Amino acid sequence: MSERKIKVLLAKPGLDGHDVGAKVVVQALLDAGFEVTYTGLRQTPEAIAKAAKATNADVVGLSILSGTHLPLCRRVRDLLLDHGLHDKLWIVGGNIPENDRMVLRQLGYRGVFPTGSRTEEIVTFIRENVK
Amino acid sequence: MTITPTRQSEGGPRQSKPRASTESVSRVVNESGIEIKPLYTAQDVLATGSLDTSSPGEPPFTRGIHPLMYRHRPWTMRQYTGFANAADTNQRFKYLIANGQTGLNVAFDLATQCGYDSDAPEAMGEVGRVGMAVDTLRDFEIAFDGIDLDAITVSLTINGAAAILIAMYLAMAEKRGYDLARLRGTAQNDILKEFIGRGTWVFPVDPSVKLVADTIEYCAQVAPKYSPVSVCGYHIRESGAMPAEEMAYAFCIAKAYADTALARGLDIDDFAGRLSFNFNVFGNLFEQVAKFRAGRRLWAKIILEQYGAKQPASGWMRMIAGGGGFGLTIEQPENNIMRGAYYALIAALGGAQTMALCCYDEAYTIPTPKAQRISLRTMQLLIEEMGLTDTVDPLGGSYYVETLTNQMEQKIVEVMQWVDTRGGIVKAVADGIIQKRVSEYAYQRQRALETGALRKVGVNCYTESEEENPNVELHPYDELGAMEQIDSLRRVKAERDNDGVEQALSALRADAAAGRNVMPALMQAVKSYASVGEMTKALVEVYGRFKEPTQLWRMVA
Repeated sequence: MSERKIKVLLAKPGLDGHDVGAKVVVQALLDAGFEVTYTGLRQTPEAIAKAAKATNADVVGLSILSGTHLPLCRRVRDLLLDHGLHDKLWIVGGNIPENDRMVLRQLGYRGVFPTGSRTEEIVTFIRENVK
Repeated sequence: MTITPTRQSEGGPRQSKPRASTESVSRVVNESGIEIKPLYTAQDVLATGSLDTSSPGEPPFTRGIHPLMYRHRPWTMRQYTGFANAADTNQRFKYLIANGQTGLNVAFDLATQCGYDSDAPEAMGEVGRVGMAVDTLRDFEIAFDGIDLDAITVSLTINGAAAILIAMYLAMAEKRGYDLARLRGTAQNDILKEFIGRGTWVFPVDPSVKLVADTIEYCAQVAPKYSPVSVCGYHIRESGAMPAEEMAYAFCIAKAYADTALARGLDIDDFAGRLSFNFNVFGNLFEQVAKFRAGRRLWAKIILEQYGAKQPASGWMRMIAGGGGFGLTIEQPENNIMRGAYYALIAALGGAQTMALCCYDEAYTIPTPKAQRISLRTMQLLIEEMGLTDTVDPLGGSYYVETLTNQMEQKIVEVMQWVDTRGGIVKAVADGIIQKRVSEYAYQRQRALETGALRKVGVNCYTESEEENPNVELHPYDELGAMEQIDSLRRVKAERDNDGVEQALSALRADAAAGRNVMPALMQAVKSYASVGEMTKALVEVYGRFKEPTQLWRMVA
């Protein structure tokens, strides 16, 4: 079965400068055969939602290690909904304590990948969940 | 003939494969790419260079920058600390000092680090989260209240907004009656590495380097005992670089700052002795110790021979060595206490002037007071119980360590030459080449961890069959404290002389536009209680903002 390539937008919202993980995930997704756009650091939620729309991404991935995941993910969620991107796969990774993972899933981030996750898990999750 | 599996461990082999050999041992290659033999003799030292017979305190300082090293005074203990607001951080500072800490290492929140005020939209959710929030001089007055700045030296972990916060620190000290000509302290202020890892840049690369030169020049004239720059291989290593690269990139960066300062007409001896370094300690013990010994020797040669410095102290590679965050794991966090002990041992055997350790819970949270105390006690144990301060450079003369020191020096030189072929470090960073290379190493490492080729205790070997909930207490984020910080900023703005602030900011803009040293104008602005956000904005109007070269990652497989 030949399929079109899965398109991923990987973004770093907020002021957090930890981008080792994000860049590692970008390379893993490229190796998996996905098409990836990486935004770089310091993206506003507005810029991320716009980029998700503009790149027609199947997957919107956020990477946040500063602990600001809840306020940032809420804001990005609102804007993704405003742009009609409710049907895309939203995922988030970073230093996310156990208690916050359920909150993020309830917000609509179906994949939550705390520090220590394997890149393989992320790739498999995307393959299985992109419609 | 026996072939056994390749031995692989962290900081160990990167690309080694088992090979046939007459001996029944596997091949071992360290992270910097040097093959490790099962046994070293005097022949190996001579085959890789010569036996370094220089004494500590004498160029090229291989064995240490001081003749007596820790016998004279143990390393300074300086745990990285800061959270919420100035008042809370001041309390934690005093707790650490009461527990025997001998220096301070200040963590700022991301808004401060990126030059935003606490009430800026960009600061949403970040005020006081990963460090102390600082908006105006008022915050510094509170943070250091009751702390003797002669007895306890302060290191500011600040980069993008470094010129502003250095001015703030000097102004605070001056106001409290300290003589700037004698004031000691350090600012991280290494912006080039922020473009490679850590990411708290503000301005484009060229004006960013210009600002570093401004601080070097100003301090050479006004605060000659203050260390305006601590060049960080540390974060480049955290971002994925191997140890030889960590040191090579740091030296390239330090040379770039020195060149800019020299171009201003400063003499190398005016400032080289106040440049300091920050290096990482995770990985193979012997490789790190050799890295520090080789680095000291090479830096002395660079400054004394290439740059022609006259004063031996100009060639000192003074360093804080510690941290090791990249080596710590979120799995089985208690193991990080043991890792921290070995990392401290590495720093002590490596001849560090200052030491800081990541706390065992730091992968999860702002460390608890108890976790910080354990790190502090780890360093104190080495001093009080383990004999690490008894004699200088205890590994000196070991065939293995001397050979490895020679080899690491060669590796560092090779990487520095590679950077030169790419047009020098400033261009290579602006082009994103270093970022790309370091990131590729990080990816290789992650893959090796996932395949099990790189062994990491608790992560891919000796794992717990059932995932335990880690026994780590999470530091709560204080939303109320963030609102109080914003209120406090508003109060300062209401109370200050706003015409004076406007004048100071205009003068700052004018000096920046004319290409003058902005430090005198920043001192004025800080003293008028202009905010970090206002001063940054004035400079952005002239310099612009950095645009990250992300096209390197915007790729289709």
